[in-house]
Amino acid sequence: MHSKIIVLVALVGIVALTLTAPAGAAAAADVGQIKVAKGTVSIERAKQRMPVTVGTVVQEGDVVITGPDGSAGITFKDDSLLSIGPDSVLAIDRFAFDSTTYAGAFETSLRQGTMAAVSGKIAKGSPDAMRVRTQATILGVRGTEFLVRSGPVAP
Amino acid sequence: MRGWRLGLTLLLVAAGCAQTPRVVPPAHDEMVVLLPGADGKTGALVVTHAGHQATLDNAYATARVKDPGALERGQADPTAVREAFAPALSAQPPRPVTFTLYFLGDSDNFTPESKVELQKIFPEIAAHPAPEIVVIGHTDRVGTVPYNDGLSLRRADRVRSDLVQLGIPSDRITVAGRGEREPIVATEDEVPEPRNRRVEITVR
Repeated sequence: MHSKIIVLVALVGIVALTLTAPAGAAAAADVGQIKVAKGTVSIERAKQRMPVTVGTVVQEGDVVITGPDGSAGITFKDDSLLSIGPDSVLAIDRFAFDSTTYAGAFETSLRQGTMAAVSGKIAKGSPDAMRVRTQATILGVRGTEFLVRSGPVAP
Repeated sequence: MRGWRLGLTLLLVAAGCAQTPRVVPPAHDEMVVLLPGADGKTGALVVTHAGHQATLDNAYATARVKDPGALERGQADPTAVREAFAPALSAQPPRPVTFTLYFLGDSDNFTPESKVELQKIFPEIAAHPAPEIVVIGHTDRVGTVPYNDGLSLRRADRVRSDLVQLGIPSDRITVAGRGEREPIVATEDEVPEPRNRRVEITVR
């Protein structure tokens, strides 16, 4: 019994530590959060570059950029997961989600680099609701997990 | 004699060099790979390029654009593709997890089993970086629709206050009540159904 309480207290302590990131100053257009940030990662928002850390909110219109040593993972409000590898540029063009009906629209552009994706409730709600653009293609996402690469010819 | 030959050789080498550094735009290459879903089911992707369309619907099917105008289909080697995309794959956030807790009839008290289940949520929250917690309450169809809207919200609030008491900041928790609108088990009105008296907690 005692050991259980100790474990619980320890876990609560860990939780409290991981919760110190501010919850994104009530901006209306928060659509997701950075959950993983390794190496150089930044967001371009309204022509300003800002550095990214775990807990940084992602908004519609943001462009997430990684350096040669960078990678980043984002969890969106519909439970979609997008992560990008080094030298990648990912634009969040549009995100609309009704958490009651699961209706919505989710459009992103991988301008260069690599991306791993797990689609969420928006793609489940309607087959044409989630799209990923690259320079040459448009992907209609009917679910659920996929990889995209856009860049110079691989050896 | 020697000097003349050397001169000619140098001239030829110089001419050769002058031709090599042509400015070629870097060739562009795009590839899409469909992966098997974590739940064992594989989804589908519709890839469109220059009027061509390819539907990928089996695991590790690929579509590639190497030469503009052509959409090449193929099949990727699972190990090679996971290696090629390793940095993006290893940056994937933890998957959102949903817990369901059940309540006694017309109350915001947990069933004995759910009291135990509640303890499992904390390790999950600890495993998620910058966790967001979404708490949605539901009821069965005993009682009126407005009454059940209130009851479902009371149940969700109960979970929130329990989480806050254990040290989770309330601004990390979103609460909603859906009343009797989203039953797990469909019933006639006024039928008690324990499986519908629940709160769903998603840790994202």
